[in-house]
Amino acid sequence: MHEISQSDLISNLFVFVLASFLGLELIRGVSRLLHTPLMSLTNAISSIAIVGSLIIAGRQETSLTTVLGTLAIVCSAINAIGGFMITERILRMFKRKDDK
Amino acid sequence: MSEQWVQFVYLASAALFVLSLKWMGQVKTSRRGNWAGTLAMVLAVVGTLAGFDVKGWTWIALAIALGSLIGAPMAIFMPMTAVPQRTALSHAFGGLAAGLVGTAEYYSNAPHIGTFTMGALSTEILLGYLTFTGSLMAFGKLQEILPTRPIVYPGRNLVSLAVLGTAVLLAVYLTIEPGATSLVPILMAAALAFGVLLLLPIGGADMPTVIAILNSYAGLSSAAMGFVMNNKLLIIAGALDGSSGLILSILMCKAMNRSFTNVLFAGVGTVQAGAGAGTSPTGRSVQGYTVEDAATVFDGARLVIVAPGYGMAVAQAQHAVKELSNVLSARGTDVKFAIHPVAGRMPGHMNVLLAEADVPYDQLWEMERVNPLFPEAEVAIVVGANDVTNPAARTKADSPLYGMPILDVDKARTVIFIKRSMNPGFAGIDNELFYLDKTMMVFGDAKKVITGLAAALKQG
Repeated sequence: MHEISQSDLISNLFVFVLASFLGLELIRGVSRLLHTPLMSLTNAISSIAIVGSLIIAGRQETSLTTVLGTLAIVCSAINAIGGFMITERILRMFKRKDDK
Repeated sequence: MSEQWVQFVYLASAALFVLSLKWMGQVKTSRRGNWAGTLAMVLAVVGTLAGFDVKGWTWIALAIALGSLIGAPMAIFMPMTAVPQRTALSHAFGGLAAGLVGTAEYYSNAPHIGTFTMGALSTEILLGYLTFTGSLMAFGKLQEILPTRPIVYPGRNLVSLAVLGTAVLLAVYLTIEPGATSLVPILMAAALAFGVLLLLPIGGADMPTVIAILNSYAGLSSAAMGFVMNNKLLIIAGALDGSSGLILSILMCKAMNRSFTNVLFAGVGTVQAGAGAGTSPTGRSVQGYTVEDAATVFDGARLVIVAPGYGMAVAQAQHAVKELSNVLSARGTDVKFAIHPVAGRMPGHMNVLLAEADVPYDQLWEMERVNPLFPEAEVAIVVGANDVTNPAARTKADSPLYGMPILDVDKARTVIFIKRSMNPGFAGIDNELFYLDKTMMVFGDAKKVITGLAAALKQG
């Protein structure tokens, strides 16, 4: 495994803190009307864990890690596919009076 | 593909995630936002598969296919009333994925793990597994497999804190001594147990806050995974999720005028009064009106405001409400919907249900915008909401609801309150609104009452 050096940790912390502040600003700008689809979108985004799952499963180190990694891919794929699809379905329902 | 190119693909993916959330801000651009998110995810997967030395393609392909076969039908066929459950379930999958990856990382490298890595790894395992069981519990309660009332027992906070304390201590110890392989299963077990304990005392009406908190945890466990794998894309996407859940849970807490600790540990909603129609928990009685009585107050009305709550979802009354709104509009009445931030079981729940019933979103008004309009409204109709309309929140300093922002339905000329029986709201508190002279209580199933009201108004 890539061992994390202190400088990696520091730069990762910078990324984490800045991304969190950016996230807070972005989410504050989301209309309350859209809080449910926002949640299903962020659900889908949290399936980014699929990246880690693919790396673990793809290494094929031991049968234990391969099995765990493959299961993690299944879980993340359910979230990714389901999350983006349900968000699209919800957003399609939002119409204005004159849209009809 | 070289390592450097992977980083460029990841960078593009991260930028698209940011744009995705930015575009999600307005209805007009929201679908573009969802597509940006989808593209970002595709880039992340393609970049990973192309950039890392990936073996065992068959298993990976099968796993992705299986995930899609489960995820897609859930998204296509699930009724809109089940959105909160689905959201809880997907938090569970997200937490489990993070936990599994963390466990695999640990066992493939132990005991040669540096302090920083191990710190992040224990955090990932802890957050991942507690999100998993916590979200499963939330799913069980929302799906009503488990009782929706808070489950409380004496000393529960002590037990919960002891389990959490054990988990945190183990995580800290493992960070110092990564070689203590035998402790990892105990850490996992403690995290799993804490997730269950955390959700036991949570009642239905607190679900919006708790779902948002679990959303935040699911994101943070992905970010922790990013620290372990030194992967900035995971950190960014996880941080965006984490902050989204945090903002939503703060908004929900504010809308109930309660603190996080109060929501998580107070077990509010344990009182269950089983009074029948006509009698209140305090023994006061109210007169019930018929649908025909209620129909008379709409004559000449210019503005009618509907305040929906979770009961509308339970009775599946959103289509009937839309029908009533059509009938009223045809009679020249302006109809608005007053949306309280915590109405329903997740943030924004009412908006989605009404949008499903084809209510245009410009008719959905947020609490702050609609409240000044109540004094001008001839009729306010409360459908399946209770505590969020209780004037005691404004006036009675000793009420548990005191200080909670409410919909000012009591300021309308007449209030029609549709209710199944005189059972109090979730918080077990009597509603002052029932006893006002201007209030007409109509007892019955929300869907039947609303349909009856629409029919009566159509004839009249």
